[in-house]
Amino acid sequence: MIEIERLQKSFGTNRVLDGISLSIRQGQVVCIIGPSGSGKSTLLRCVNGLESYEGGEVRVLGKRVDRNSPEIRATRQQVTMVFQRFNLFPHRTALENVTEGPIYAAGEDRAAAEKHARELLARVGLTGKESAYPSQLSGGQQQRVAIARALAMRPKAVLFDEPTSALDPELVGEVLTVMRDLAREGMTMAVVTHEMGFAREVADHVVFMDKGRVVEQGPPAELLTAPREPRTQDFLRRVLRPLE
Amino acid sequence: MTWSGFLRDGQQFLPILLQGVWVTIAVTLCALLLSTALGIVWALMRTSGKRWLEWPAMLFTNTIRGIPILVQLFYIYFVLPELGVDLNAFQAGVIGLGVAYSAYMGEVFRAGILAVDAGTIEAAESLGMSRARILTRVVLPQAVRIVLPPYGNNLIMLLKDSSQASVITVAELSTQARLIASSTFKNQEVWTMAALLYLCLSIPLIILVARLEKRFGRR
Repeated sequence: MIEIERLQKSFGTNRVLDGISLSIRQGQVVCIIGPSGSGKSTLLRCVNGLESYEGGEVRVLGKRVDRNSPEIRATRQQVTMVFQRFNLFPHRTALENVTEGPIYAAGEDRAAAEKHARELLARVGLTGKESAYPSQLSGGQQQRVAIARALAMRPKAVLFDEPTSALDPELVGEVLTVMRDLAREGMTMAVVTHEMGFAREVADHVVFMDKGRVVEQGPPAELLTAPREPRTQDFLRRVLRPLE
Repeated sequence: MTWSGFLRDGQQFLPILLQGVWVTIAVTLCALLLSTALGIVWALMRTSGKRWLEWPAMLFTNTIRGIPILVQLFYIYFVLPELGVDLNAFQAGVIGLGVAYSAYMGEVFRAGILAVDAGTIEAAESLGMSRARILTRVVLPQAVRIVLPPYGNNLIMLLKDSSQASVITVAELSTQARLIASSTFKNQEVWTMAALLYLCLSIPLIILVARLEKRFGRR
């Protein structure tokens, strides 16, 4: 569904993505882990066409992703994104945040969009919060609205860019639960995360990135418990046992 | 100046001064519309990310900002007719003030657009919204809230600056006051009345801006 081939991207002289190849099949949950600055977020942003790239290719549903082509809008409606800092529209209610895309990007009928949005807000556990503004919601609630907003486009896949990194620790669980349920329902997901527990339990495939390259990838049981590469071992040791 | 004398003069002068008030309001509102529309154009050009749009807008607004309104008014009223553009005093006043203020309005709008959280624009992009929809649904509504207080301040300054149109014979409040004062020599009475009338116009605006600020500032 998502194919990334020898992807290259630089910011100035700094090469952020250095020949990444990766493919995500339908129904798969892929977790991308790695130290900050390793290019994980940039990778997702390239898939969504939020960043341009210089070399290689990203294809979504067989179509090349090009942020300057008019077709990018159709591609984005099929692969939506959840951001680290939620990026909700502060001037719109939770319900309006969710209906914004269907009505104003996909041209859906308002009544149908609102019905769907209420169902989605119920699914992420936010019944009763439809008319709340983002500033009236906790971080965890805001991120759940953002997930509902991403799902409102009835996407084929959802990209999650460190969805719990901006949350207070006690609010992480409610967001991860929603994501786990989504994975169980068969949604195709690419998740950049530092939540190793989530990766272990939910991911079908884990990718470890460092310095713009894929160092190692494989099933979570393998990669997270018995990594082959020293860099992966080193990273996991620091993340899982920071005090040692 | 005695209190009863002031009231008597007031009865005599107020109808004429009120005529001027209406002209002041008309000039201010027309110039506000013009400066807002043009200001939005400048701001959009300057935030477009396209050099061939940014550059002319920057050149124009900086030129306008660098020339006193008084000189611009004279230019429009006295020089343009020589070039074949005939305008009456009211039109010249509205255009002069509107264009001059469009530069300030443009700066205010530009700051507002730049202050919109880029993350919300990315979120809209990631939903597949078109550029026009992102502008009207995401950028402008947020920018309006940011821009309202400085916009209101510009409006209050515009109201006061409309008195500069008196130099090109627009019959607004300060023109009427000057005419009465120079024919009756009652400077103290007339200019006190004029000042009070300006306050009657500007204080409601100040209160309105404060209210809007409060209402939009909440979210």
